[in-house]
Amino acid sequence: MADDKEAAEAFVSEVHKRISNAFDVFDHEFNHTVDVREIGTIIRSLGCFPTEAELHDIIAEVEEEEPTGYIRFEKFLPTMTKVLMEHKFRPIPDDLLLQAFEVLDQQKRGYLEPEELSKYLMQEGETFTQEEMEEMLSAALDPDKNVIFYKDFVGMMTIDDTQ
Amino acid sequence: MCTYIAMKAAILIQRWYRRYIARLEMRRRYTWNIFQSIEYAGEQDQLQLSSFFSFMLDNFSQLNGKEPDLISHLLDPAVDTAVDPVVEDQRQCRYEHILVPESYSGPHLSFPLSVTDTNALLGAFKEQQTLHAKYVLQLLDKTQKFLKQMPNVIYVSSSYAKEITICGDLHGRLDDLLLIFYKNGLPSAENPYIFNGDFVDRGKKSIEIIIILFAFLLLYPDHMHLNRGNHEDHIMNLRYGFTKEVMQKYKTHGREILQLLQDVFSLLPIATVIDNKVLVVHGGLSDHTDLDFLNTVKRHKVKSALRLPKCSVDRKDVRTSSTRQRGGARLHSPHSTGHVPHRRKGHHTRPSSSSSSSSSSSSTPSVCSPHHRPPSPGTPCPTSMLQVPFLDSIVSLAPPQPPRDELEWKQVVDVLWSDPKTQNGCSPNSFRGGGCYFGPDVTEQLLRKHGLCLLIRSHECKQDGYELCHNGQVITIFSASNYYEEGSNRGAYVKLGPELVPHFFQYQVSRCTRKLTLQQRVSVAESSALKALQEKLFAHRSELMTAFQQHDVNNTGKISTAEWTQVVDSVLRLDLPWRTLRPRLVQLAPDGDVEYESCFDSISLGQPIPKVAPNLAETLCRYRTDLEIIFNIIDKDHSGQISIEEFRQTWKLFSSHLNMDVDDKAIDDMARSIDFNKDGSIDFNEFLEAFRVVHKLDIKEQQHG
Repeated sequence: MADDKEAAEAFVSEVHKRISNAFDVFDHEFNHTVDVREIGTIIRSLGCFPTEAELHDIIAEVEEEEPTGYIRFEKFLPTMTKVLMEHKFRPIPDDLLLQAFEVLDQQKRGYLEPEELSKYLMQEGETFTQEEMEEMLSAALDPDKNVIFYKDFVGMMTIDDTQ
Repeated sequence: MCTYIAMKAAILIQRWYRRYIARLEMRRRYTWNIFQSIEYAGEQDQLQLSSFFSFMLDNFSQLNGKEPDLISHLLDPAVDTAVDPVVEDQRQCRYEHILVPESYSGPHLSFPLSVTDTNALLGAFKEQQTLHAKYVLQLLDKTQKFLKQMPNVIYVSSSYAKEITICGDLHGRLDDLLLIFYKNGLPSAENPYIFNGDFVDRGKKSIEIIIILFAFLLLYPDHMHLNRGNHEDHIMNLRYGFTKEVMQKYKTHGREILQLLQDVFSLLPIATVIDNKVLVVHGGLSDHTDLDFLNTVKRHKVKSALRLPKCSVDRKDVRTSSTRQRGGARLHSPHSTGHVPHRRKGHHTRPSSSSSSSSSSSSTPSVCSPHHRPPSPGTPCPTSMLQVPFLDSIVSLAPPQPPRDELEWKQVVDVLWSDPKTQNGCSPNSFRGGGCYFGPDVTEQLLRKHGLCLLIRSHECKQDGYELCHNGQVITIFSASNYYEEGSNRGAYVKLGPELVPHFFQYQVSRCTRKLTLQQRVSVAESSALKALQEKLFAHRSELMTAFQQHDVNNTGKISTAEWTQVVDSVLRLDLPWRTLRPRLVQLAPDGDVEYESCFDSISLGQPIPKVAPNLAETLCRYRTDLEIIFNIIDKDHSGQISIEEFRQTWKLFSSHLNMDVDDKAIDDMARSIDFNKDGSIDFNEFLEAFRVVHKLDIKEQQHG
């Protein structure tokens, strides 16, 4: 039993360290605060896949009563520890992601026109900004055919991610 | 199609893609942190080197007589040209007697300059031509005469032109300057400019940049304004490449050019005020900054920020208590060990007094000198009174100077070296080692006192080329794109109209025609940052290994992540997220432990090492840049050769300064082994080249490519 407890404590301390390390990268002033706009990056870089709505919920939880534009580490740590311990916002499996692209590819051609993809991602759901869309297309577009072969794209991005 | 399903699909893709971008963003950020940490560590190293020069001076009397050659070289009195009219006349004669050979195909200048001259210069530099030394000296001479009659603080009005353009650091990147001129037009009465310091160092075209800027300054004295930056400083130039650049481009007259530049730099105005409302300075402020006082400073006396005005030893104790917020004075850091504290948060995370113990067990030399003074962060050590002989004068050594000089020095250093911070207050800039961090309250106070509304400063590289802080009261503008690495940042300039509303213009010099994806850009920058970090690890190899092995009692070659992180953090003192970086720097065992020796795998030494003891080799690696600077100073005729005796003496002094125990025989053996042709002289560049670390991957690429 003692071993279990020790192992659990070690696990929690490991999680704390991961959170603290990610937080530190954005703590430019070394005063244990980060800009609230960076919280999403921190949470996602820790391996979480929240939606924007879920992200807003977390931010609401860790923000000061009178929002200052900054998030304090003491407030962020317990919430984020809980998120990681409970394995919330699990990764999206590749096949599910592929299915999502297939849904948008109504004619089942195996590719999407850039206009098509932009229309969906900039008008539906948690819409992309112009900048996000351009960035995605710069990586996703096949330079010769000028379309998105989404299966290749997903494969490529997954490889990038594990590097 | 059912829109609900499409929406769910879109959300899924968006969610996935945003996480992917966040991962990249994290990598981009820590890459940035690595570059910045290493950059500021270099500034600390330079301060440390300046303490070596002082150490030499401290030991001057003791060694005098025994090693007359070396000492006379290092302390060779050059005449302070700024105050000596005779020398000035001589210099004028000097350039007049320089002949421009007929074979010279570069641009010709005729004074007073006209638009034809500036156009010729721009055209020639685009074609990679060099301006003849005669013209360079003449231009510098005219510039010096012009600057001499300028005040410290220049007041300009935007009413003549509709807008005024302010540019930040250029750092020898001519392409950025040319791009600014291309986008924004050449300087003229209708198109005034302020260049906010740091024209030189790092880039390869520093001399071209100052030639262009000075030419426009002489052409449009009322519409072209140059502020001094912390790199307009001959001691900084020794480390950051400008000295080398000039000596390479001007083999015969390089020294004269550098000497004259030292004066020109010290005569550059410190600040510019636009319409009595906008203050433009290179670094920033401290709570001591006072424009009225700044205006009375004898700015040409501050030849280098790394050098306090000479003060006698007994006076310094008094000052310790009176000036706590001293900028640039932590030349002797509380960490009196081989590594300088580069920690930005060192002073709040761990008490500096205790951290020196962390390396007590290591075999690495300490920088603590036998004459080490009681460590106090506020102590303005006389160490900073650095004398670099061929560039500087010994004259300032002799008379004890009034405290006024020091106050003046501090005024200038604070303005040239400080960075803003978000919290209130003013604290020493321990990360850079000079200047202050100033909070919004300090900005507010100064602006209000002088009836100003905005501070524009440069000095820090920003991702987007500019940044606002202190509730919009402070603008940072940085004009060297790709500063750390291709793609690392954009450059920017800012324009102010009569309403004084800032408009920003961004750009990026690109050698690549195809636009890289974010992923590619991040990867390029990241790999170069990681290489720099691997070099740092390698340079501290034995110290790190000793510490690793202390944790590895059973000799397994493995330690836990926590242990590895702690060791690397305490030895390197670079404030970095080591845990995050770990998988990119070391091999991990299947159980997640760190195979610690693997962090040195990717590095080797450039050439077969000359016969030196292993601990000497590591020291040479680590202090290669310092030694190069010192040897270059001793090598007065720039032949690349110094005598064996000079080599031995320097090395002895340097190792005793590092508090390193090297027996004379080892040094003699080393000296003999590198005097390949036994002529009593040493090619130090070749010698030091052997201690340049290289990445094994690069060697392979070269071999295959």
